[in-house]
Amino acid sequence: MKLKGKTWKFGNDVDTDAIIPARCLNTTDPNELAAHCMEDADPEFVSRVKPGDIIVAGKNFGCGSSREHAPIAIKAAGVSCVVAHSFARIFYRNAFNVGLPILECPEGAERIQSEDELEIDLNSGVIENRTRNETYRAQAIPPFMQKLIEAGGLIEYVREQMPDQE
Amino acid sequence: MPKTISEKILADHAGKPEVFPDELVEVRIDFANGNDITAPLAIEAFRRAGARKVFDRERISLVPDHFVPNKDIASAVQARVLREFAKEFDLPYYFEVGRMGIEHALLPEQGLVLPGDVVIGADSHTCTYGALGAFATGVGSTDLGAAMITGRIWFKVPLSIKFVFNGKLRPWVGGKDLILHTIGQIGVDGARYRAMEFTGEVIDRLPMSDRFSMCNMAIEAGAKVGIITPDSITEAYVSTRAKRPYKFYKSDPDAAYEAVYDWDVSNLEPVVALPHSPQNVKQVTEMERTPIDQVVIGSCTNGRLEDLRVAAQVMKGRKVARGVRCIVIPATQQIYLEAMEEGLLEIFIEAEAAVSTPTCGPCLGGHMGILAPGESAVATTNRNFVGRMGHVESKVYLSNPAVAAASAILGRIAHPEEVLS
Repeated sequence: MKLKGKTWKFGNDVDTDAIIPARCLNTTDPNELAAHCMEDADPEFVSRVKPGDIIVAGKNFGCGSSREHAPIAIKAAGVSCVVAHSFARIFYRNAFNVGLPILECPEGAERIQSEDELEIDLNSGVIENRTRNETYRAQAIPPFMQKLIEAGGLIEYVREQMPDQE
Repeated sequence: MPKTISEKILADHAGKPEVFPDELVEVRIDFANGNDITAPLAIEAFRRAGARKVFDRERISLVPDHFVPNKDIASAVQARVLREFAKEFDLPYYFEVGRMGIEHALLPEQGLVLPGDVVIGADSHTCTYGALGAFATGVGSTDLGAAMITGRIWFKVPLSIKFVFNGKLRPWVGGKDLILHTIGQIGVDGARYRAMEFTGEVIDRLPMSDRFSMCNMAIEAGAKVGIITPDSITEAYVSTRAKRPYKFYKSDPDAAYEAVYDWDVSNLEPVVALPHSPQNVKQVTEMERTPIDQVVIGSCTNGRLEDLRVAAQVMKGRKVARGVRCIVIPATQQIYLEAMEEGLLEIFIEAEAAVSTPTCGPCLGGHMGILAPGESAVATTNRNFVGRMGHVESKVYLSNPAVAAASAILGRIAHPEEVLS
């Protein structure tokens, strides 16, 4: 699967309160959540983000709370992928579970700047930076996570394996 | 091969003789929990999967605690999702307002999460139960929804990091200071994906309340679990509460750790974590000129009876400073009742603090104490991210209950001895 988009760059330790503040958690509606995505980190993000855009960040992206509303908000805002130096572990699971592609790529996280044009091959983990004419290789998605993606997410995976529900 | 406590618990729950770090294992869970923010999405996932029953109705709890008592209509609608699901599946451990508490204080108190368990909860502070010697970790809603169906979950076996705390703690220094100090040393991703194992003579003497505070904030260093070997203190806590059998595990002396930190904490002073990260740790005495607008004493980190006792000891016979709002939130109904019987609530009310029914409320900027632009709070909570307790231009300083109480009295960040001397 190939993705193409313009980047939004953030720093280290972007927490889930920055991605979607708790004051917005009285709903589970993806569009309502998307309307407040990243608003405490960059108030202009929501009004300017375009479908397919890519978030690039430093270490420990998605740290803090376990709220799945965070990857849901990012996905519903139209973001096609998050590339970071590293991810907090609960966010990492949640992103796969809701079908938001994420890639760990320390080199890309350092080199890529805001508004760069990227082309990402999710299968190979190769990130092409069209603006800078550079190529980075992200860590391959672990086989188990690929299985989840192939099944169409965790719920679909569970459905395949669900004990008999008479 | 010698193993850590985390590896032993995971191996037993995976039905394997042993497991190795970085191995992916599917394990049986002993207990699963969700709250009014995360459970609605989990229930949505549960229904989307087409499930018609839960794996075990006595091993699931639903605790509305974040935006309850319902703060607005939307929150009321979310809380109702839990109530209706609990009714539909006849879940005995749904805790209604009036019977509930903050989940991470409530579930151990009720003997629902126990030593040797694998526990998942759709709340990042689920790691609190590691204080009982359980492998307990936060997950997202979809993971919870799936586990409610299968009673199983997959994990990557974490590498373990050992923290050895030697020496003797000074007065007014507790578990909260130990964990803030630790996060200050290793950073907010210093234990990312790892098991943090807290050991040493200081931990051996530490009461359960302080052990809970420490394991509670393991997630603030990025950890999967924070865990303490169960001992006689654990046994005294769980033996009268346990709703089912439990098992003590401990690490082998020669188990492999990714890193070992060996600290003498005899000289550690009470600390605060400055905005906007739990790793910005400074001694209270370095911050004493910092004026504040609000104090919050409560939360899953420090809302237990022992925490309230310490705060009351500092506040007894004194008044909250003019211009400061002090909000005290006992973490569960039982703690509330015991605090009342001990006269602690009287001390708080006479000090002109507000005492609230149990709720996570202000900790995550939900309700019951939101900050205006430019305001600062000292809180015994666990996070001080930008906008965490209110406006993006507000600030939160994290501290132990004694420091929070002293700060309420003096209207600025203060060491308890400044008040008591």
